[in-house]
Amino acid sequence: MISTTSIPQREAQPFLPYPFTETQPPPHLVTQGAEALLYRTHFLTPSTAAALKARPSKPYRHPTLDARLTKQRVLAEARVLVKLSALASDPDNEVKVPAVFNLEWDAARKINGLTEDQRGARRTTAAGAWLLMEWIEGKSVKDLLREWDSWFMATGSTASPEEVQAQVEAVKRLLRRIGRAVGALHSKGGVVHGDLTTSNIMVRPATNSSTSNGSAAPTIDENAQADDMPARPPNFEGEIVLIDFGLATQSVQDEDRAVDLYVLERAFGSTHPRQEGQFDAEVLQSQEGYRGSYKGANVVLKRLEEVRLRGRKKSMIG
Amino acid sequence: MIAIGLEGSANKLGVGVILQPAKGGPAQILSNIRHTYVSPPGEGFLPKDTAKHHRAYVSTLVKRALAEAGVRLEDIDCICYTKGPGMGAPLQSVAVAARTLSLLWNKPLVGVNHCVGHIEMGREITGATNPVVLYVSGGNTQVIAYSSQRYRIFGEALDIAVGNCLDRFARTLNISNDPAPGYNIEQLAKRGKVLLDLPYAVKGMDCSFSGILARVDELAAQMRAGTLKDPVTGDAVTPEDLCFSLQETVYAMLVEITERAMAHVGSSQVLIVGGVGCNERLQEMMGIMAKDRGGSVYATDERFCIDNGIMIAHAGLLAYRTGFATALEESTCTQRFRTDDVHIAWRED
Ligand SMILES: Nc1ncnc2c1ncn2[C@@H]1O[C@H](COP(=O)(O)OP(=O)(O)O)[C@@H](O)[C@H]1O
Ligand SMILES: [Mg+2]
Repeated sequence: MISTTSIPQREAQPFLPYPFTETQPPPHLVTQGAEALLYRTHFLTPSTAAALKARPSKPYRHPTLDARLTKQRVLAEARVLVKLSALASDPDNEVKVPAVFNLEWDAARKINGLTEDQRGARRTTAAGAWLLMEWIEGKSVKDLLREWDSWFMATGSTASPEEVQAQVEAVKRLLRRIGRAVGALHSKGGVVHGDLTTSNIMVRPATNSSTSNGSAAPTIDENAQADDMPARPPNFEGEIVLIDFGLATQSVQDEDRAVDLYVLERAFGSTHPRQEGQFDAEVLQSQEGYRGSYKGANVVLKRLEEVRLRGRKKSMIG
Repeated sequence: MIAIGLEGSANKLGVGVILQPAKGGPAQILSNIRHTYVSPPGEGFLPKDTAKHHRAYVSTLVKRALAEAGVRLEDIDCICYTKGPGMGAPLQSVAVAARTLSLLWNKPLVGVNHCVGHIEMGREITGATNPVVLYVSGGNTQVIAYSSQRYRIFGEALDIAVGNCLDRFARTLNISNDPAPGYNIEQLAKRGKVLLDLPYAVKGMDCSFSGILARVDELAAQMRAGTLKDPVTGDAVTPEDLCFSLQETVYAMLVEITERAMAHVGSSQVLIVGGVGCNERLQEMMGIMAKDRGGSVYATDERFCIDNGIMIAHAGLLAYRTGFATALEESTCTQRFRTDDVHIAWRED
């Protein structure tokens, strides 16, 4: 079942709030996430790529609850992104997130100077919220690991043991960098993510201009090859960028941090059975991973053991 | 091939007989009967009393199931029973019955994971081929998806199960446990109007219900003291309003974590199984969400979503046909038995 996310046929026109209805060229729908529609568009100048995360109201839930949650989440996400982006001036900052450009928590509310049509008040589909942020080039860790799996399935048996070993090491390095990034989020950022999955962790490749060892530079984009022809393993080089902070909270509690790791551990294990066995050693326990990323990490990892036990105990009665 | 299934992991005792055509095609339910131990209002069912109930009824139920199915003993290929998860004493009393039948009739035993039983029966009845599964019952809250021979758990309740939360609130309000506390909450909720603010606790694909239960219990105490008013109209809040608020909140959480799993694995089918899956409001909300994603929701009625023997027979027979059987010496049961511990040998995708 685990196939790459495609955009299913929705019943109606997908939610696109004003003023993006006026944008030329029109925003391009990239994906339907769990809660949001993600468009690629631009900000102020056509050369500044931007991601529009549009959160349509969810018709399945009670309107009062829906309005409360939609607003809460877009504001939480923006607040945390702004806070984390401010760390960028810190030279050894390791938390990378998209910068916030603009937002609206209730696309249908009354705003001085906007006509009813502009705010979409007369179209029920226009209810919702949106956040405009920096566009992150690259791919999600989920997609990269799946590409790795297809490479392994296709060529793993014919590749030399050294080559396979080298690629396994590359996965491990990626996993350790993920651990470090989450550690920095928890410690320097003072934030728990609330929805850590491999879909919400991206790898932004170094831009061509900044690659120094350009001698053996492979053809333009080696990750762009067709999925069914994984001749080369994916390239994991680049920055780890964390996205999707709608469930994030500002917290430095061990319990919250431990649950954050538990959520990631389970999402990882169920999504990437092949790499599941490496998760604990690389992401969590490695000195180059979460454990080594800040002083309080040991206590949080101890707490994680309790959280795991609780989870297992509770799923016992049919 | 024909199997008989015995289920008794909680307060329902179920026996069912299923026929799976050797050449493939839909399974035939030859019989599916159930007897429920109902505890008095304000009380939950205790393992000891529940086990006693199962012991008292199991032989009658087996006889009735066989008679209704109209099969001869020699037609039965295997005896399937719930190995877990569930409550220890009730599980054991049914396992003893299964072992006895196995010796008496000289038929192989097949121990079945209760959750896998729900999933396989749900797939069989609804025709959902590869859905994201929401499994919601008195003891379990899990979001599950299949991948390479396992049902993998993407999300679950970090503390109490959603059904447990509803059942305990029913006790707070002294609502009848007949036919089921959750059913009675649903009926009250239909007449509720006021949505009170309750904690909303979702973490990724996981969620938690104990904070909500604590809060709604508190509100119930205020209601009884006559101090709880609708913040908008000033009218007194009713038990109906509390049930409505509780349902709207917990079901929104369940739909949300299911949607997150669907986005994550790239699926647009949802299957709801388990006792709470009978709830029409939950089914309705899930349907709206799935439609919005261009997919659909699959659910079964109370014959199949509430614990039953036929699902155990069905999942057991699927395993048996791949060569699996449980030796008498190993025919134990276990309170803890994770869905993802089972090797799903019968699926090829
Ligand atoms: N700033 C961004 N730049 C590029 N792609 C993004 C950006 N933010 C999100 N995405 C893509 O859109 C998907 C959905 O966005 P996300 O914020 O995770 O929403 P949801 O809550 O719906 O999962 C992500 O998995 C990612 O692939
Ligand atoms: Mg996401």
